[in-house]
Amino acid sequence: MAELMPAAPNATAQTMQVSRLTRFRYRHRYLLGYLFILPWFLSFLWFDVIPFCLNLYLSFTNYSVGPLAKAKWIGLENYATIFASDPRFLKGVGNTLYYAIGAVPLGLAFAFVIALLLNSRVRGLGVYRTAFYVPSLVPAVAASLIFLWILNTNYGALNRLLSLVGIEPIRWLSRPEWVKPAVIIVSLWGFGAQMIIFLAGLQDIPRELYEAVEIDGGGAWRKLIHLTIPLMTPVIFFNLIVGIIGSFQVFTPAYIFFGTDGGPLNAGLFYMVHIYNNAFRFFKMGYASALSLILFIFILIFTLILVRTSDRWVFYTGGGR
Amino acid sequence: MMALTTNPFRFVKTSLIYLILTAGAMLLLFPLVWTVSTSLKIAEKVTLTSIELLPDPVAWWNYVELFQRHPIPTYFVNTMKILIPALFGGLVTCSLAGFAFARLRFPGRDVIFVIVLSTMMLPYVVRLIPLYIMFDQVGLINTFWPLIIPRILGHDAFYIFLYRQFFRGIPEDLLDAARVDGLSDLGIWARIVLPLSKPVLATVSIFSFQYAWNDFLFPLIYLGAKKINWTMALGLYGMRSLEGEMLWQQLMAYAVIMIIPVLLVFAWGQRHIVEGTTMTGLRG
Repeated sequence: MAELMPAAPNATAQTMQVSRLTRFRYRHRYLLGYLFILPWFLSFLWFDVIPFCLNLYLSFTNYSVGPLAKAKWIGLENYATIFASDPRFLKGVGNTLYYAIGAVPLGLAFAFVIALLLNSRVRGLGVYRTAFYVPSLVPAVAASLIFLWILNTNYGALNRLLSLVGIEPIRWLSRPEWVKPAVIIVSLWGFGAQMIIFLAGLQDIPRELYEAVEIDGGGAWRKLIHLTIPLMTPVIFFNLIVGIIGSFQVFTPAYIFFGTDGGPLNAGLFYMVHIYNNAFRFFKMGYASALSLILFIFILIFTLILVRTSDRWVFYTGGGR
Repeated sequence: MMALTTNPFRFVKTSLIYLILTAGAMLLLFPLVWTVSTSLKIAEKVTLTSIELLPDPVAWWNYVELFQRHPIPTYFVNTMKILIPALFGGLVTCSLAGFAFARLRFPGRDVIFVIVLSTMMLPYVVRLIPLYIMFDQVGLINTFWPLIIPRILGHDAFYIFLYRQFFRGIPEDLLDAARVDGLSDLGIWARIVLPLSKPVLATVSIFSFQYAWNDFLFPLIYLGAKKINWTMALGLYGMRSLEGEMLWQQLMAYAVIMIIPVLLVFAWGQRHIVEGTTMTGLRG
């Protein structure tokens, strides 16, 4: 902190006074810094720290509704029930994993390929970019309802199109095996959000690097494998983490497609819907808190594994680490 | 592009790229076209099994009926009651915090900033239930406050991050000159930094607008019980019935109404978003 102090060149009485004033202003200045971040700090306490602790505490209680003092400590009972006798918990985990494993890699692949194509000096880049990006702007509720209509068995546009090539109508929303692909389709429609991040990353790769590969006689494939993909790994990593955290917490399309029951054979009962049911339909707040904490720990472990293994495949260049 | 005509392989490759891009774009835009098309069809044509893109006759009265059957202006006003204070309140608090992290010096600054960043990684699932309970304890369920208060206080780490990154790009000499002229730090933030920061202000405003406009789960738990409090998103959800037939043309008309403001805001701010994210160093 020493270099921050205003320099006092010589200690005459006059400059001592000035320096006392600047000292005061200096102190005042860092008070101001704290003051400027105070609103955020309050929101951090009230809306991050306290809720997190409360969620942890509630998960060991049988709290339902009313004053918090009514919450009774029941130890690990909620967790025991979840793991021993809640078939819907396992269903929710399975469905959510299926969805995550389907939606995240496919979304990343589409986003990356389209970003690559857009980056190959195409004409009308702006038009294409907008076309691919716009669906990701559509509010989740609207997107879900639009696909509820498009995937409708009798009148839906998708089945109409499929019938043109002789495919029998698929009962997207009433056959258990089609339920999760249907939700994945909604999520894929929004891959433009990731595409735009990939595209920004691709445009930052200096042209000279490509020219260097060309001089060495490398073709398009070489450039992709040895230059583009390695340089893009930080962006891929970012999109992967954000995508996984988001997909574990997916709620809106499943809830709008199937309501609270999760559709045929609970095939659309996602983990968040299970939490929602317990908390806001059955008001088993303590139990739902335990479910939330389990999901949180799951996400945390997953993120840690990804971060830990990232140094094997994520390459940072330049002034970073 | 010269090489395009001379090299047959390159010509094939380029054509293939355009083919994939055009087909992909059409595939992605089809749901939107189909939504608009359905919203303008008469009931008998909605359930035809052929693909008819252009509605004939054009049933614009679907929109009139939609407004007659559903209190959409109320939903809109409710959404604005959340959106406007959240957007402008958050603008002040987040940019002040971003300014402090970028330009002011105080002990612990960088550690606190890491905490700010780490809150971005906290999944919303561990906050959902306790927040509901906390707001319930003070009687704020079925009011707009649970959706406004956090955002007025700047509970948006990502926005703080964007502001900080942008403010770091403003030359220190400029701020020093202002200090010499006797401006306080608050004055520098208000008169020097903010006027120079239109790209990032626009970017954050767009994100903030989209968040308030699109948000579903949190309004559902806080406001879902009383229809008079519903937001635009809740109103659209309310038209979906799990049993029985749905009026698809009206549902799609509502979806169109939901989408248009988002597209308008995007069109207005597209230039700023690119500028904003470029200058905040988000890219690369």
